[in-house]
Amino acid sequence: MSKLKYALYTGCTAKESTPELLSSTLAVADKLGIELIILEEASCCGASHLQDFDPFLSHVLNARNICYAEKLGLTMATLCNTCQINLAMTKEKLDHDSDYRAKVNEKLAEVGLEYKGNIKIKHFLYALIDDYGLENISSKVEVPLSHFNIAPFYGCHNIRPSELQNTSNGGENPYNPTSLDRLIEALEGNTVDYASKNKCCGFHVDLQAPHTSNALTGTALLDAIDNNADVVVTPCPLCHLNMDIKQKSAGKQAGRDINIPILHMPQMVALALGCTEKEIGLKYHVTKAKQLKGA
Amino acid sequence: MSDTTKVNIKAFRFNAETDYLPYYKSYEMEVGKDELVLDLLNRIKWEHDGSFSYRRSCRHGICGACGIKVNGKAVLSCKQNAMELIELFGNELIFDPQSKKRVVKDMIIDKGDFWEKHAAVKPFVVADIDEHPTHETTMSQNEVENILDADYCIQCGNCHYACPAIEVNEDYFGPAAFVAAYRFSVDPRDNAGKNRLEMTANLGAGVWDCVKCFECAEACPKDINPIEKITRLHNLQFEKGVAMRNVATKHAEGFVRSIKKHGFLDEADIVKYSEGPIGVLKHMGDAMKMMKAGKIHITDQIPFMGNMPKSKNLDEIQKLIKISQTNKL
Repeated sequence: MSKLKYALYTGCTAKESTPELLSSTLAVADKLGIELIILEEASCCGASHLQDFDPFLSHVLNARNICYAEKLGLTMATLCNTCQINLAMTKEKLDHDSDYRAKVNEKLAEVGLEYKGNIKIKHFLYALIDDYGLENISSKVEVPLSHFNIAPFYGCHNIRPSELQNTSNGGENPYNPTSLDRLIEALEGNTVDYASKNKCCGFHVDLQAPHTSNALTGTALLDAIDNNADVVVTPCPLCHLNMDIKQKSAGKQAGRDINIPILHMPQMVALALGCTEKEIGLKYHVTKAKQLKGA
Repeated sequence: MSDTTKVNIKAFRFNAETDYLPYYKSYEMEVGKDELVLDLLNRIKWEHDGSFSYRRSCRHGICGACGIKVNGKAVLSCKQNAMELIELFGNELIFDPQSKKRVVKDMIIDKGDFWEKHAAVKPFVVADIDEHPTHETTMSQNEVENILDADYCIQCGNCHYACPAIEVNEDYFGPAAFVAAYRFSVDPRDNAGKNRLEMTANLGAGVWDCVKCFECAEACPKDINPIEKITRLHNLQFEKGVAMRNVATKHAEGFVRSIKKHGFLDEADIVKYSEGPIGVLKHMGDAMKMMKAGKIHITDQIPFMGNMPKSKNLDEIQKLIKISQTNKL
């Protein structure tokens, strides 16, 4: 297999409140021999909120982000579901509306850039599964996760809307996604089957509607717990933040204790590949993963 | 290869008048490649159990009566090919009503909450009608295109009952009502646009409580993409000066402030800015937990001492904001 190479769009969270996401991603890439070139020029994607305020600005900034991956001629890999959907929605808009693309390019020209639409954008999860391959990952496992019941939590912005997402997520069925389940199995972990795995965590309304956010996070986590999960794993750092930090308030609202560690997808892979404690970075979790090493 | 496939249908059964608890009943049948979900519902009733109940009417995908869920996927029974579902989910199909908690009998639910919210946004043109008009009211091509495909909604309720925000917040209007609110607010003949925008700007009921899960986009049998209209309603609030200054609008606008400064989002600052000096206090517990875990740092908000990353070529980003920003709070 020729060496896989991606332009890495880290997003804000991996550079700020979840440093463990970035360090574990880089460690996994290193172990697997995948080259990741961090797009240092990239800006925030707007996290699905900026377009509520100013859609044109959101498209211009995201088109600029994509421009830098185009300059490298590489597929852009994302680490956050919401970054993924914002960049992919921008790409779809510009690739299908030439008048609008011209307007965006007019602005980009002012800083010497041009959006061409000639690269793909995919979440690192699908780079691992669809490009690197589960069998290849499986062959590199040093620490099988066979002692753990792992509940996959997919996060909305990797699986819906399927028409958009299926161009980069290997045709995942939004009502029964399987990629994370298959990844868990490749790492020899036990997958937990539960109804909430493709549901919403509520992160995006946490400020204005904490009741909604707590209800959705609480329901999903209790569903995982009731199906004997030891840990939850998610490819989305925003799901991670809501589920890791809000367990006490979500539990209070639900009238039950919630205490379950939430792993980032690359952390889970890093654990199985035998990466170092520092790289995996479990110490950055609010809900400590006592049953996993280094917590 | 045979033209039919053997399928086990597990159908949700419940009669609110006689049953204590709902249950699933299995029906086995050979399904042909051209059969619709509605055909299977009919066959359960005609070949297995005459008491099985569901709504059906036009059979042409326009009356919106026959929405149900199959393996969690919202479908319009008379439009959805059964074989496509078998390809998606395998040979066991689970038929559920749109909302289990609103079931009257089997697939039939009480859609009262849907109609109440739909009616509340005034889903019609509000205008003074000249009884003896001398000319037609014309619409420009742009005005027609601005309605997008919002006009195609058949009020089936699929998006409404797929929406997790509705599930936990009974005040929330929901995607179908927002599609109607958008459709009539941008109609050039309509005079109630501002009123509708104000209604949908309220916290709790309005668009700011949308969780952005895209379940509605996935559920719509007419491919209307309700969340696109929800985003348009957000935008219209700013364009028409209806947006209130509150935690949600400041949060949306606050991204510009952060990106201008760092390129990245300042995660702690956006909470502080959106909530204001008093509101932010309720996040102190979480902030302390995050600080203890090393997620945020006490120095983060002090210039030159904090951990805030900065995008390379930040001047480009600042220039693009300056020349591209169109809305203001």
